[in-house]
Amino acid sequence: MEQPPKPRLLIGKPGLDGHDRGAKYVAQILRDAGFEVVYTGIRRSPEQIVDTAIQEDVAAIGLSLLSGAHNALFGRVLELLRSRGAEDILVFGGGTIPPKDVPRLKEMGVAAVFTPGTPARQIVETIEGLLVQRQTA
Amino acid sequence: MSSTADATNKIAAAIDAWTSGPVAKTLAKFPEQRKEFVTASSKKVERLYGPDAAIVDQYESKLGLPGQYPFTRGVQPTMYRGRYWTMRQYAGFATAEESNRRYRYLLEQGTTGLSVAFDLPTQIGYDSDDAMAAGEVGKVGVAIDSLADMETLLQGIPLDKISTSMTINATAALLLAMYLGVGEKQGVPADKLNGTIQNDILKEYIARGTYRFPPTPSLRLISDIFAYCTENVPNWNTISISGYHIREAGSTAAQEIGFTLADAICYVDAAIKAGLKVDDFAPRLAFFFAAHSDLFEEVAKFRAARRLYARIMKERFGAANPKSLMLRFHTQTGGVTLTAQQPENNIVRVTIQALAAVLGGTQSLHTNSKDEALALPTEEAVTVALRTQQIIAHESGVANTVDPLAGSFFVEKLTDELEAEAEALIQEIDNRGGVVAAIEQGFIQRQIEQSAYRFGQSIDDGDRVIVGVNKFASGEQPDIDLFEVPESTTQRQIEELQRVRQSRNAGQVEAALAAVTAAARGDANLMPPIIDAVREYATVGEICTALTGVFGEYAESHS
Repeated sequence: MEQPPKPRLLIGKPGLDGHDRGAKYVAQILRDAGFEVVYTGIRRSPEQIVDTAIQEDVAAIGLSLLSGAHNALFGRVLELLRSRGAEDILVFGGGTIPPKDVPRLKEMGVAAVFTPGTPARQIVETIEGLLVQRQTA
Repeated sequence: MSSTADATNKIAAAIDAWTSGPVAKTLAKFPEQRKEFVTASSKKVERLYGPDAAIVDQYESKLGLPGQYPFTRGVQPTMYRGRYWTMRQYAGFATAEESNRRYRYLLEQGTTGLSVAFDLPTQIGYDSDDAMAAGEVGKVGVAIDSLADMETLLQGIPLDKISTSMTINATAALLLAMYLGVGEKQGVPADKLNGTIQNDILKEYIARGTYRFPPTPSLRLISDIFAYCTENVPNWNTISISGYHIREAGSTAAQEIGFTLADAICYVDAAIKAGLKVDDFAPRLAFFFAAHSDLFEEVAKFRAARRLYARIMKERFGAANPKSLMLRFHTQTGGVTLTAQQPENNIVRVTIQALAAVLGGTQSLHTNSKDEALALPTEEAVTVALRTQQIIAHESGVANTVDPLAGSFFVEKLTDELEAEAEALIQEIDNRGGVVAAIEQGFIQRQIEQSAYRFGQSIDDGDRVIVGVNKFASGEQPDIDLFEVPESTTQRQIEELQRVRQSRNAGQVEAALAAVTAAARGDANLMPPIIDAVREYATVGEICTALTGVFGEYAESHS
C-alpha cells in the first residue's frame, strides 16, 4: 500500500538573526526524510511566519534562533497562531538556547526544542512522533 | 634538472619503494583506521609527504622572506619577536553602561585592544523602540541608538592609546562617525585614532545577514568611507574583509579564502571606479578569518591567503606600495566548533585553534569562551579564553621564531593546494560576472550550503567524530552558570533613547537628516553629513531611514 504523503512543514527564522546554517540543515534533513519543507529565509517577523504557515497549510513550524531572543519571538509566534485559530499547527524550535529556557519554552507551547549537537535522526523521529500524536489526539 | 629536483626525485622514489615494501607489509597485518584520511574541509591527506623541489627552486616567488613579497611567511620581518599579536576579545551586551564595565575588566586582565559587539538592531539600523527590534535589544551585543550611548560605551577608555575594532557593516559609516565624535569629545584628533570597522557588506549578503541597503549603494558607502578615512583618519582600518562568517556558515577552508578574496577584489574595483588610487586606500584594508581545529590545514590556509592576495594586488591591480600587498588579518576561533555538550572540552578546542592562528601569523586574535554554544560568555569563561592566548604567547615558545611550520612538507603542499583551490573559485566568480552577480545567482550561498550539508552528514553518520557529541557522550546536561542579559535592558535602553530625543535640538536634527538625504541623492561623500547628523544626536534608526528613503532596502532571494 502506498504511504500517504508526509505533511508540509515550515522552517522559519524570526527576528533579526542571520545565522541560518542550522535552519537550512534541518530543512534539508527533513526533506531527506520525505517532508515537503518551506524555508522562510532570514529576518522574518512572527506575523510573516504565521501568515506563510497558514497560507502554505503546514502541519508544523520549526523556529531557529541564535540571538537569544527566543523567549520573546517564539512566544509571539504561538500567540499569533492562537489568535488566528491555528493552534493545531505544531511549533518546535532550536538554536542557541540555554538549558534553563527549555522548560519555559515548553510551557509556552513549544513542542520540542533541539539544541546544538542534536542528531538529525533524533530531530526527524521526534517530529514524526509529535505529528502522529497530534493526528490521533 | 636542478640538483634539488634530482634530490627530491630520489626521495620520491624512496617513498614509493617504502610504500610498496614495508608499508604494504604493515597494511596487510594492520589496516589503517580508515580508507581515506581527510582534513576538516574534506581535503585528502596522504600518509606521508616528501620534499617538493619547487620550495627551494622557486623559494623567492613562493615563500619569500617575512615582510617581503609574497608575504607567505608573514607580513612583518620579526613578527612576534617584536610584538605579540593583539589580544582582542569581542564583547558587548545590554546597555552601553554594562558593556563599558566589561571592557574595563578586559583591559585590566591584559587584553590589548577592544572589540565591540553591537546588538542586531544597531547592526541593521533600527532604533531600540522600533517594532523590528522587538526581543533583540542588547542580546548579541550592546545597543547603541545615538552618540550619547557611544559616549557612555567608551567612557574612561583613552582612544589615543587603545585600538578598537567594531563589528559593524550596513551601519558602519554611522558607528564610525560616532567613534570620531567621542574622539572629538576626548580631545583626540581623528588622525590619532586607531581601529577597524568590519564594513564588509558582501559577506552579509552571503552568510551573515545584517544587510540593509542593496549592493550598489552599499558599495558606494564603503568607497566613501575609504575616501574619507584616507584623508582624515589615516590609521583606521576601513574594512575587515571577512571569511569568518563564510566559514561559520559551513564553507571549507579553501572556500573561506576564495570567497573572501573575491569580495576583496570587488571592494578594490569599486574604490578604483570611484576614482581612488589603489595605493592610497589598499594599505588600510584588513582581513578576518576563522581558525578551526584542523591545525595544519588552518596554518596552510593563512599562508595561502597571504600569498594569493599579494599576487592579486600586484598583478591584477598593479599595486606598488608593499603595504597594499600585505594581507593583515584578525582571527577568531571557530564558534561553530564549540559544543553545548561537555563545555569544558571547548577550552581544548580553542587552544588548538588559537595555536593555528599564531602559527599562521595572525595580527590579532579573539579566543572563544567555553560556554558560547549556550549563551554569551560569563566573565570567568572569558578570562580563561584570554589566558589561553597569554599561555600560548608566554609559555609555549611558538612565538619565538617566524613562520615555524615553513618547510614542513605537508604544510607547504597544503598551502599550494589551498591556494590553487581558492584561485579556481575566484576564476569561477569572475566568469559569473563578479561577486555581486555570483551572490545574486545564489552561487556562493549554494556552495557554502552544500559544504555545510556534507559536513553535517559526516557527523550524523558518525564518519566524523565530535568528542562529547557523537562519540564519548556522557548524556548529562551541562551544569554550568550561564550569562544572562538583564531583562530590564530593553526598557532602560528605550528610556535613554527618549531622554536623548527630548534633549536635542529638533530643528537641527531635521536639517542634518535632510542633508544626509540630499547627499544620498547626489554623489558627494556621505561621511561628512552623517558625522554632522551624529553630532546632533540623530539616531541610528533616523539616519538609516533617511538612507533607505533614497537607497531602498535589500531583499534576500532564497530557495
